Amino acid sequence: MHPAPSIIVFTALSGAGYGLLFLLGLGSAGGVLPESPAFGGVAVGLALVMVSAGLVSSTFHLGHPERAWRALSQWRSSWLSREGVAALLTYIPAVALGLLWVLGARGGWTILAGLGTAAGAVVTVFCTSMIYGSLKPVAEWHQPWVPPVYLGFALMTGALWLMLVLALFGQPIGGLGLLATIAILLAWGLKFGSWRHPVAEGRPTPETATGLGAFGTVRMLEPPHTQSNYLLNEMAFRVGRKHAERLRKIAVMVGLGASLILALGAVASGGAGATVAAAGAVVAGMTGVLIERWLFFAEARHTVALYYGEPAAA
Amino acid sequence: MTSLPASTPPKQLGLVIDLDTCVGCQACVVACKEWNTGGYPAPLSDQDPYGADARGAWLNRVHGFEAGEGADGMTVHFPKSCLHCADAACVTVCPTGASYKRDEDGIVLVEEDKCIGCGLCAWACPYGARELDGVSKVMKKCTLCIDRIYNENLPEDERQPACVNTCPAHARHFGDLADPESQVSKLVAERGGFDLMPEMGYRPTNKYLPPRPRSGGTGCGGTVPALEDADPAGGFLGWVDRMLSR
Repeated sequence: MHPAPSIIVFTALSGAGYGLLFLLGLGSAGGVLPESPAFGGVAVGLALVMVSAGLVSSTFHLGHPERAWRALSQWRSSWLSREGVAALLTYIPAVALGLLWVLGARGGWTILAGLGTAAGAVVTVFCTSMIYGSLKPVAEWHQPWVPPVYLGFALMTGALWLMLVLALFGQPIGGLGLLATIAILLAWGLKFGSWRHPVAEGRPTPETATGLGAFGTVRMLEPPHTQSNYLLNEMAFRVGRKHAERLRKIAVMVGLGASLILALGAVASGGAGATVAAAGAVVAGMTGVLIERWLFFAEARHTVALYYGEPAAA
Repeated sequence: MTSLPASTPPKQLGLVIDLDTCVGCQACVVACKEWNTGGYPAPLSDQDPYGADARGAWLNRVHGFEAGEGADGMTVHFPKSCLHCADAACVTVCPTGASYKRDEDGIVLVEEDKCIGCGLCAWACPYGARELDGVSKVMKKCTLCIDRIYNENLPEDERQPACVNTCPAHARHFGDLADPESQVSKLVAERGGFDLMPEMGYRPTNKYLPPRPRSGGTGCGGTVPALEDADPAGGFLGWVDRMLSR
């Protein structure tokens, strides 16, 4: 599948934003985060900016962005529509949480807004993952690991961002350090699971795609058109797979290795050192997720390529 | 609406494509483009049509495959367009309601004014039946020539899809595949028509008829009929041959 930059940026950025919203929601409801209005305003504001930038970025992928509002109508059947609805609904508790925090409100309403924000964030990221997870023609996506991987990376990047905001405000990172460590290991553990998931079994072949298997092996003789077309541009992307192994290693080294070391460094050091290390952890974590997300598209093989001479998956 | 029809449509219009008789002439491809670029929806645009990188949106394309090895190998011309699936995921994934499957005859269509061009329906189609138009930026697909098949301004025998109408080899057939007594259903039963990628579970309406078995002995390994004998032994020709050979 063609890795469109707008979608990669959207899923990575909005994933981090919802991860941060999830932690801010639960953290404020549980009373474990700083009560300072400035901290609340900056943290919730940052999360909303990331979420909104991601959503705006996703509309760049559309042929008719001016009709994007129509995408809210088909939530009964479409995961893309559900995602849009969930994303918009999540703004309500999230904006409320930010305002209450800034106004210094405590108790009932804040807890309610916090829990609502956390729930909305989980539902939205789950819907995003199911846009891909529900597509049967792409075996790499149509597998049970995809939603947990999306949720795992949202939690991981959200935790790293929260760590950075805490460090910027000179607050102790404390228990969040442990949480971030677990989230980094969990997200990449889930990703290793999805990479190891067998995708060749029962997958269509050129023989089943053409129904000509009874006559022997099927191979392309003439393509139906001399130049490229929408299908090949969009769904038969092959360049990425050439370097997939190396890119996977880079993603793991940066997204897992470097971000974990820097996150632990932020916990261990204090003051400006913690801020620098936390910023480094955010950069490393986001870079790793961007590479992972690029590979998520580039390595995914759509069945339509079988009609264009792609052999059956090994 | 992007939910599939609640009950099985009473009619299921579709195509039956005969891989035995298709000669790969591309007439159906051209007839489809010609009719559908001038119909009710936005035109099927081309980009750089006379240049080195010509490309465009087409609703029907003819692939060419080889199957089998050596003398048993065959060349198969393989037309492919929307299969109007019973379980059409292109419809259910549509976030706007632009993609829909008609209750009355099972045809899958796109309401272009509602299409946001997100491309998710094209991703959901395992067959590559949908292409985004490069100019109008909306999704294009086979309409089964809905503006022909019900068009009372056309003579009755022309009320069928342009590709079927034009096929010089009669390799394309149009009809109601839900009716077991229809011509197309009988053809499918008689010739062992099959679904493409049945393991995907989309239950396509369009069916393909397999190439008929080749009659033996005419391939590379078979015997070639001998030329006529240049030295006839008997009969009139033998007498002429003997007389003239003196």
